[in-house]
Amino acid sequence: MVKLLINGKPRDFDLADEVPLLWALRDEAHMTGTKFGCGMGLCGACTVHVDGVATRSCVLPISGLAGKKITTIEAASTTPAGRAVQAAWLSKEVVQCGYCQSGQIMSATALLMKNKRPSDADIDAAMSGNVCRCGTYQRIREAIKEAAASPLLKGA
Amino acid sequence: MAADLFLAPGDEDLASPSRRSLLKATGASLVVGFCSVTKHALGAQGGAPKPYEASAFVTIGADDSVTLTMAKIEMGQGTYTSLPMLLAEELEVDVTKVKLRHAPPDAKTYGLPFGDQFTGGSTSVRLMYEPMRKAGAAARMVLVQAAAEAWKVEPEACFAERGQVVHKATGRRLGYGKLVARASQLPLPQNVPLKPASDFKIIGKPIKRLDAKAKTYGSAKFGIDAVVPGMKFASVLNCPVIGGRVKSVDDSATRALRGVRDVVVLDNAVAVIADNTWYAKQGSAALKIQWDDGPNANLSTEDLKALMVETLKKPGAVARNDGDAQKVIAADPKRVESVYINQMLAHAAMEPVNATVHVKADSAEIWTGTQAPARARDAAARLLGLPPAKITLNNALLGGGFGRRLYHDQVDQAVLIGRRVNGPVKITWTREEDIQHDVFRGVYAHAISASLNDRGYPVALSHKFAGPSNLAVFAPGFIGPDGVDSEAVDGSRNLPYGIASMRSEHAREEGPVTTGFWRGVGPSRNAPVIESFIDELAVRAGKDPVEYRLAMLEKNDRARNVLARAARLARWGEKLPQRRGKGVALLFAFDTYMAQIVDLSVDPEGQIKIHKVTCVVDCGLVVNPDTVVAQMQSGINFGLTAAMYGEITIKDGRVQQSNFHDYRPLRMSEAPAIEVEVVKSSESLGGIGEPGTSAVLAAFANAVHAATGKRLYTLPAKPEQLTGAT
Repeated sequence: MVKLLINGKPRDFDLADEVPLLWALRDEAHMTGTKFGCGMGLCGACTVHVDGVATRSCVLPISGLAGKKITTIEAASTTPAGRAVQAAWLSKEVVQCGYCQSGQIMSATALLMKNKRPSDADIDAAMSGNVCRCGTYQRIREAIKEAAASPLLKGA
Repeated sequence: MAADLFLAPGDEDLASPSRRSLLKATGASLVVGFCSVTKHALGAQGGAPKPYEASAFVTIGADDSVTLTMAKIEMGQGTYTSLPMLLAEELEVDVTKVKLRHAPPDAKTYGLPFGDQFTGGSTSVRLMYEPMRKAGAAARMVLVQAAAEAWKVEPEACFAERGQVVHKATGRRLGYGKLVARASQLPLPQNVPLKPASDFKIIGKPIKRLDAKAKTYGSAKFGIDAVVPGMKFASVLNCPVIGGRVKSVDDSATRALRGVRDVVVLDNAVAVIADNTWYAKQGSAALKIQWDDGPNANLSTEDLKALMVETLKKPGAVARNDGDAQKVIAADPKRVESVYINQMLAHAAMEPVNATVHVKADSAEIWTGTQAPARARDAAARLLGLPPAKITLNNALLGGGFGRRLYHDQVDQAVLIGRRVNGPVKITWTREEDIQHDVFRGVYAHAISASLNDRGYPVALSHKFAGPSNLAVFAPGFIGPDGVDSEAVDGSRNLPYGIASMRSEHAREEGPVTTGFWRGVGPSRNAPVIESFIDELAVRAGKDPVEYRLAMLEKNDRARNVLARAARLARWGEKLPQRRGKGVALLFAFDTYMAQIVDLSVDPEGQIKIHKVTCVVDCGLVVNPDTVVAQMQSGINFGLTAAMYGEITIKDGRVQQSNFHDYRPLRMSEAPAIEVEVVKSSESLGGIGEPGTSAVLAAFANAVHAATGKRLYTLPAKPEQLTGAT
């Protein structure tokens, strides 16, 4: 039994220690906002926050997560940075098929939580682990810049 | 929440006759179809009991809700915004309040006029432009009439706006919801006039995507997100050799693992059923399988290329032959000839192939994201020996299509697994299976040749290519008596240039690999060949590639316009540093004109940095301008991935690539600036989902030549071929 704190709520998982968080979320908790893309930490579709840090949940065994705060896309809007990012995503009309966007938003939010004025190079570094096959990269970049300028991030 | 835009699964049974008759009986809603408007109207006049059955697209509830059944699925291309826009324009409702419902599998009602239900070929808006508007206009006319009857006035004395009917003289208003009971008793009009474009309030305006919120907040449901109570999870190992089979399986280690419930052996694959996807994947890894490699045990990419080059010698289907180009070229001792190869490619949509099924003794239910729901349902019915009516297929948003989800192999396999599982099971392919067992874009060989006049311009151009006919396999009825695959020759037989003699010919060879549609279909193979060759000719003539093309476009205003504007926008002709170059491509395909200019640098090690892509597109009348821009950006990034990295290779019958480390996608740090200009036009609609991909492949290759002097006769660009001093 592994006890996890997901989006502020404790939850028990009767799973083997090595089961990656992604599958605990999707197959056990039926929280399907976090996506499976590659299973090797190569595409970022499964990105969640662990103690505020963007983390690939497909290669993250649940055994090491006890006592850590896990945040998924379903609770992204509970932080000012998350709200700013999601508002910018809507303003810039980022999404297309949308499958990768949970992961993109979690990566972008983590970036803005630690860096309120990201340069293009900072955006490249933070976002290049997130693949989008629809090619929304240009809008993601614009949206991150818009979110960085959001009043929501002032003093956050 | 935007998730409210989509009906909850429990609501998605509006198509069932029982529910519809219930609605009819209670007058709770108005259901309007349009495909057989005349028939329905007659039926209603004759007092037939079921006048609104079959083609139900629009449902208006007593609560004023408007629900549109989406005949075209959303896979990123924006149809779940553009089609409701068309409806709302004529129905006079707020487009942002239209609820959307995925169409059930029903080719007769929701399919194309010839009865095939799929989303593809950059056709959604083109095919639905009039039917959607007519559906809205017909419903509005009925509602206006219902209000007029209620008020005992003439319908001409009333009009509709914002979901209400208004009586002009008195200003009285009735909401649509209050009119549904009366409207349900009225016949649909037979003659449905549409608004003139000058009255458009929605069409042509930048309407925000209706699916954006659900996709931004994580609540959007894709096929892979199906949650069915009690479901198990499966992982699959397909035979690694194309066309091979299972010889024997030792599953003793697998069955001993935690969470593993069963092992299902199919003809060409083995599935492990478990309590979650991870346990299933671990179970797969523990299987000891002997494969019968079959006839392709020694197959390699080189074999496929050799097969297609050899096929070039065989006669093909001739799609165009003005002035006997072959004869002119053969007689010219100074003719120019090149051979180009298009590589195998995978789709690698972000959502891996998956399907959830619950197979029972006399029925089955399927949850998946598909571009062709009726085809998938019918295939499942055949495999299970059940009538199609006994199969329920629930479609979902698609996590990328690009042609992959026109095929239903995942559903076929899922029902074969599912009939041996007690209860529902979700089958998810790993990324490795998704890439290695794709329905691939096949290898094509292209021979292109020209005879030039003394100024270096072609008087004859011949393009012959060899490779599969995706259309002949997918829909053989589309192949005419001349044997021409109209999609395969798009972007080849309809070149925008004025050249006296032109020939386009396709020698069909399927080869041993399963191949299929890939974003851009014919044009994404033909454009990089033809536009590279035109570039070769321009260089040979010592002429500027833009000027050279413009000189051949005297009679083609739209083509000339996009090319000239792109050149201006991209500052074509400005002085560039060493090993930096701009490449141009012109495309006419999917009834859309497009010019693109790629600006890139190549460093001494041959590494390419793409700085900017400029795109001017004339796709005729535009429904949603921002969708056009988004699809250009999308198509360009998709094409650049193929141009930079796209290559599936086969060795010993096995696909050598497996995941995003060796089948590389373009990433944020590599994505160039993209500038898109959409030409204002009232011409008929052109497609936008695919031409962007097709044009950029050619512009990229020409830019590489401009930067390095090296001509790419096959993509992707390989750094080792492009090294050189600055």
